[in-house]
Amino acid sequence: MREFLLGNEAIARGAWEAGVKFVSGYPGTPSTEIIETLATRYPETNPRWTANEKVAFEEGMGAAIGGLRTLVTMKHVGLNVAADAFMVFPYSGTNGGFVVISADDPGMHSSQNEQDNRYLARVAKVPVLEPSDAQECRDFMMAGLNLSEQFHSPVMLRTTTRLAHHKGLVEVGERTEVATREFNRDPQRFSVPIYRLLRRPEVEKTLTALAEYAETCPFNRIEEGRDNKIGVVTSGISYQYVKEVLPHVGVLRLGITYPLPANLLRDFCSKYETVYVIEEGEPFIEEFMRAAGIANITGKELFGVIGEYSPARLRKTLGMGNPPAPFTEGIKLIPRPPMFCIGCGHRTVFAALRQLRVTVSGDIGCYTMGALPPYEAEHTTFCMGASIGVAVGLEQAGHENTVAIIGDSTFVHAGIPPLIDAVYNKSRLTLIILDNSATGMTGSQPNPISGKDAMGEETPKLDLEALSRASGVQNVAVVDTWDRKEVVNVIRRAVSFKGPSVVIARGPCQQLPEIKRSLRIPFFIHEDLCTQCDACFKVWCPAITRTENNFPVIAANECTSCTVCAQVCPTDAIKLAEGFA
Amino acid sequence: MKIYSLMFAGVGGQGSLLIAELTSLAAVQAGYDTKQTEVHGVSQRGGSVETHVRFGEKIHSPIVTPGEAHAVVGLEKLEALRFAHFIDPQNGTILVNDYELVPASVLNAEKIYPHESIEFLKSKGLRVISLPASQTARDLGDARMANVVLLGALSNLLPIEREVWDKTLRLRIPAKYLEGNLQAFEAGAKEMTERMKAEA
Repeated sequence: MREFLLGNEAIARGAWEAGVKFVSGYPGTPSTEIIETLATRYPETNPRWTANEKVAFEEGMGAAIGGLRTLVTMKHVGLNVAADAFMVFPYSGTNGGFVVISADDPGMHSSQNEQDNRYLARVAKVPVLEPSDAQECRDFMMAGLNLSEQFHSPVMLRTTTRLAHHKGLVEVGERTEVATREFNRDPQRFSVPIYRLLRRPEVEKTLTALAEYAETCPFNRIEEGRDNKIGVVTSGISYQYVKEVLPHVGVLRLGITYPLPANLLRDFCSKYETVYVIEEGEPFIEEFMRAAGIANITGKELFGVIGEYSPARLRKTLGMGNPPAPFTEGIKLIPRPPMFCIGCGHRTVFAALRQLRVTVSGDIGCYTMGALPPYEAEHTTFCMGASIGVAVGLEQAGHENTVAIIGDSTFVHAGIPPLIDAVYNKSRLTLIILDNSATGMTGSQPNPISGKDAMGEETPKLDLEALSRASGVQNVAVVDTWDRKEVVNVIRRAVSFKGPSVVIARGPCQQLPEIKRSLRIPFFIHEDLCTQCDACFKVWCPAITRTENNFPVIAANECTSCTVCAQVCPTDAIKLAEGFA
Repeated sequence: MKIYSLMFAGVGGQGSLLIAELTSLAAVQAGYDTKQTEVHGVSQRGGSVETHVRFGEKIHSPIVTPGEAHAVVGLEKLEALRFAHFIDPQNGTILVNDYELVPASVLNAEKIYPHESIEFLKSKGLRVISLPASQTARDLGDARMANVVLLGALSNLLPIEREVWDKTLRLRIPAKYLEGNLQAFEAGAKEMTERMKAEA
């Protein structure tokens, strides 16, 4: 049976077919759809969202050692968070098959850096599989579990944005149940760090065995060319671009990119005058080839390390034509950047921060848009949870009115230890937690604040107020995020407080399904009262546009009734629409 | 064998992804190898959205190369302009909804909306067909079906039988919206037929 599946859906399908019984992960583009698909279609795989990637990895490690086939999912920077566990797992090795997804994001479509996690795998000494299409996303997921069990090693399945987020036809099968493997106490292998010295040679033995396996394994494939002038070594989605642009050249497609097969690469390259190494990201394969003494290769000096590859980019690089650029001569093409959703509760907070002229240390989530016009309120954004530590540091550098701002999911992910530290080190930190009870940026997944798990079932809610107080914060305030005057007042009081403060700006994400379904009475602008002062446009709500007579008008079917435009109208021209029940 | 490359452009929330998906599924039903890609990620509404669809006997890259698209389908004029360079200038057709969604930066008078995009693209010698899809959809009872009106128009340009389109819509559209969307598709297909007759 064939299905038209997203790369991520194909991975989910492969995990289900292969008898996976535990799945954990933290949402992160481009990996999120794997667990979403498992939660909606394949609940027998027991999928869950965890507090962060380190927790996901550790729960997965426990499940796999306990004997289950296990999948753990995260985006590339998530593996940094999980790295502590990732680096040590190979020393014990696994029991049940264990695959971790590293979803890398060349081009940084929705990430703070470009990071080629094949290097992390090399540091950890973990084998890497790289599929080239949706079919292989399923196939390599399944094969990765077998490989993991065969070599007792965790396996990384590396995807990239275009692979994870393209759809293609996938031949699928049914689920095969796999028996839980036996787990016995084995302190040398699993528990006592001093014995890890004895395990150290085992790690190298496994790698050597994997490198031998890579020489002849079915993941690597040679396609003969028409002549012996140009050959290509490639991996991942780049393989498709090579087939598109250079359909007749010889290709060595590497499906396992760590450890790499030195002899296979040497033999292949010896048949061609020049070999292009075409890999998205860093020169991971290329560096290995050079170190192995293969000299007739051209790689990153031609194709570059930055950004996504594409057929157009390869053509241009190889002098095969220059595809047209957007029309900009003779017409003004204006941008349309993403913006806060209609009714989003973050607007009032950033308007307040702009008004109060404080230094703002931001974090990872939809609210990074607070750095952009019209708010331009953020000064720094780095990585998950960094808002708090950076604010404490800025305070030491003399920026005493520094406000850290973080979403509820990001706070749970990496914000709790720095909050405890801020109190411990006597900071005057003001922390704003934007509590919309969802992991909004990645599609409003549930989290420990929302009181629902990945399967949509009820679960205890984390109490942010109690947690803040237990950390030693005395000034804890909760404010309705759509009450714009009160938002300003509460933040102002917190900033002037002579000790650490936490402000919880609360109101649900407008993209939550239950919120979208709820009936809301829209607001309506009375033109007889409107003076066309444009105050409501300064809310930057996409539901407010202009009529031909230059009056503001609210799209009734899009208004979420957040009330913010009505609060700013100086003539009270914006009122609840009549005739809605 | 010919490869069909299509680019769907719109504003988040307009449903360009849905009609790209319907096109892919129809191509699959019709027996073609098919690939589709779009950039997810920032899930907020209101940004520009591009979806690539390619089908034929064997498809490698899911990405459409600028200059090769058989059709660019724009659900909004500015977005049609933004992705117009993907069109094959000799054999391609730009299908555009005669509809403007003005970005907030324009409403706040910092930028000027390029109202003349359709005339501009025609002046470049491109085949541009502008349809009042939002109006047609509104007349049929729901302006949100503008996307399916354009899909109906697009169907005239693709080697996929009408019954395959119908079957695909029936499989994918929820029952309570199906009848309206079938009408929207029909209206778009009919309008396009008339435009093509008028051209010839």
